[in-house]
Amino acid sequence: MRVVIAEDSVLLREGLTRLLTEAGHEVAAVAGDGEGFLRAVAEHTPDVVVVDVRMPPTFTDEGLRAALVVRDRWPKIGVLVLSQWVEERYATELISGRPHGVGYLLKDRVADVAEFLDALTRVADGGSALDPEVVAQLLARSRHPLGELTPREREVLALMAEGRSNAAIADTLVVGGGAVEKHINNIFTKLGLAPGDRDHRRVLAVLRYLGT
Amino acid sequence: MFLIRDLVSARTWLAMTQHLSGLFLGFVAIFIVTFGLGFGFGGLFFALAGLPLLGVTVRLAHWFARAERARFALFTGARIPAWPAPGAPGRVGFRSGIIPRWRTWSEGATWAELGYALLRLPVSAAAATISVTTWAVGLILLLLPAYGAAMPSGGPTIGDTVIRGTHDLAASVLLGLLLLLVAPQLTRGLAVADGALARRLLGPRRDLAARVTELEISRERVVDAAEAERRRIERDLHDGAQQRLVALAMELGRAKARFADDLDAARELVDQAHVQAKEALTELRNLVRGVHPPVLTDRGLDAALSGLAALCPVPVDVHVDVPVRPKSSVEAVAYFMVAEALTNVAKHSRASHAKVVVEGHGYPGTLTVMVSDDGIGGADIAGAGLSGLADRVSGVDGRMSVESPSGGPTIIAAELPCG
Repeated sequence: MRVVIAEDSVLLREGLTRLLTEAGHEVAAVAGDGEGFLRAVAEHTPDVVVVDVRMPPTFTDEGLRAALVVRDRWPKIGVLVLSQWVEERYATELISGRPHGVGYLLKDRVADVAEFLDALTRVADGGSALDPEVVAQLLARSRHPLGELTPREREVLALMAEGRSNAAIADTLVVGGGAVEKHINNIFTKLGLAPGDRDHRRVLAVLRYLGT
Repeated sequence: MFLIRDLVSARTWLAMTQHLSGLFLGFVAIFIVTFGLGFGFGGLFFALAGLPLLGVTVRLAHWFARAERARFALFTGARIPAWPAPGAPGRVGFRSGIIPRWRTWSEGATWAELGYALLRLPVSAAAATISVTTWAVGLILLLLPAYGAAMPSGGPTIGDTVIRGTHDLAASVLLGLLLLLVAPQLTRGLAVADGALARRLLGPRRDLAARVTELEISRERVVDAAEAERRRIERDLHDGAQQRLVALAMELGRAKARFADDLDAARELVDQAHVQAKEALTELRNLVRGVHPPVLTDRGLDAALSGLAALCPVPVDVHVDVPVRPKSSVEAVAYFMVAEALTNVAKHSRASHAKVVVEGHGYPGTLTVMVSDDGIGGADIAGAGLSGLADRVSGVDGRMSVESPSGGPTIIAAELPCG
């Protein structure tokens, strides 16, 4: 995969570049601010971009706004937003209307290299990756009652919202694929959602349901 | 003894200067203010031409009041606290610099300063007349033996009686002496009375003074609260992230030493170090959120509070209706109030449900914040958390109330002015 990185901290920029290169990806360009990043994306048209939320000059949500521009202008490019903290509101803005090829993770998750690379690949392929903390916030702020769901079904719902595939959910919960399938169908029935065939459509349904 | 010393003391003669200079200044002031108000208000009937004249008059009265405060400080040593100047915080300003606003005329300060300028002349005239007469009559009577015989009738006359002869002269000298001894006390006493009048008209109202005291206290509490907060951050950093990073460095150091001989042990140590590093990150993140959540600045209360609610182990309903974002200091206080209240809900309340309602009313208006739960109540208002919260709320001029009867429910509410 070809990747463009936007990150103002030199330390993290170098670290990410090394990590991705070692994993066999190509880092086409790195940028330290929103404008430089957008120029690099226009020039290299990568498969996926990794963007830090907080960047100069404002050090507020520069990166998020740049990510939204990429999402709208180049729909084929996956956008993975990294942040020192995660907020349900940012996730909502990022995902609204199009939860394909977007991800929003805590920077900490980079430390678990394999999971991070998995999420990046998922985003590049048009899937989604939401941080468990964001999902927890979404569930807490849900505008619908989740009371009818069993605890296990809630776990499955959370993992689905994170953008995980059935196989990944089965692995995480240490159950068989059939059991996961059953849980998912129950969730869709209880919540009155049309079951979807593809992963990202499921995520879309879940996120719609959670009120994004 | 002091009666004689007072005859020549500086205070006495400064007081006399105070009366005489007041006479002169009062004459100028009464002329300007009568003229200004007369023609100003009179001018209103013909055209609005009177308005600027009124504005100038109010200004002049204010400057006169300032000059008078300086004069009192110089001659009598009395310090009179000042009204704020027109346009300064706490007082209405002028339209385009000179035309008084409508509210100017409902201000106590405006009328007090104008009234003072009118009163200066009569007050100083009375004080000066009494002082000077006492001194003069005293001197005349005292010195009578020196010049009485030279007068045409052999002495001054009262009715048909001529005052002469040892007996009369002795009485005159005695009376003159008495008057001269009284004169300094009288002069000073009148200056003190004059000062009291000036203080009444030129000094701010008592409620303003009370407000200053209140602000001083609240400022002190805010400074203390900030200090306590800094200490808490230092402690959290020291006990949390810093210790974890030390442990992490240690594990890595041990791993480095093991790599040569025991690869498995080294790998295990690196795993542990990895865990330590991630935990340090989590702690730092929570600490940063506790200091000032970035999302509050970027997106406002709604976004920040929903994040807060999600972190609370007790289910929380959040209702935020704030049409216009209040200033950041008010937002921060509202945020920390909800944060502290939800921490209490999670720690002590044994509640099964909590509710957060934040509403903005009017512009700039007020922000009301309410956090309630269905727990056991009995919140400690004097405890560090809630009293620190009250300090922060009073720091932005807000009011906070805590209702927490034992048995519950607990309701913490605050009203924060946004202007």
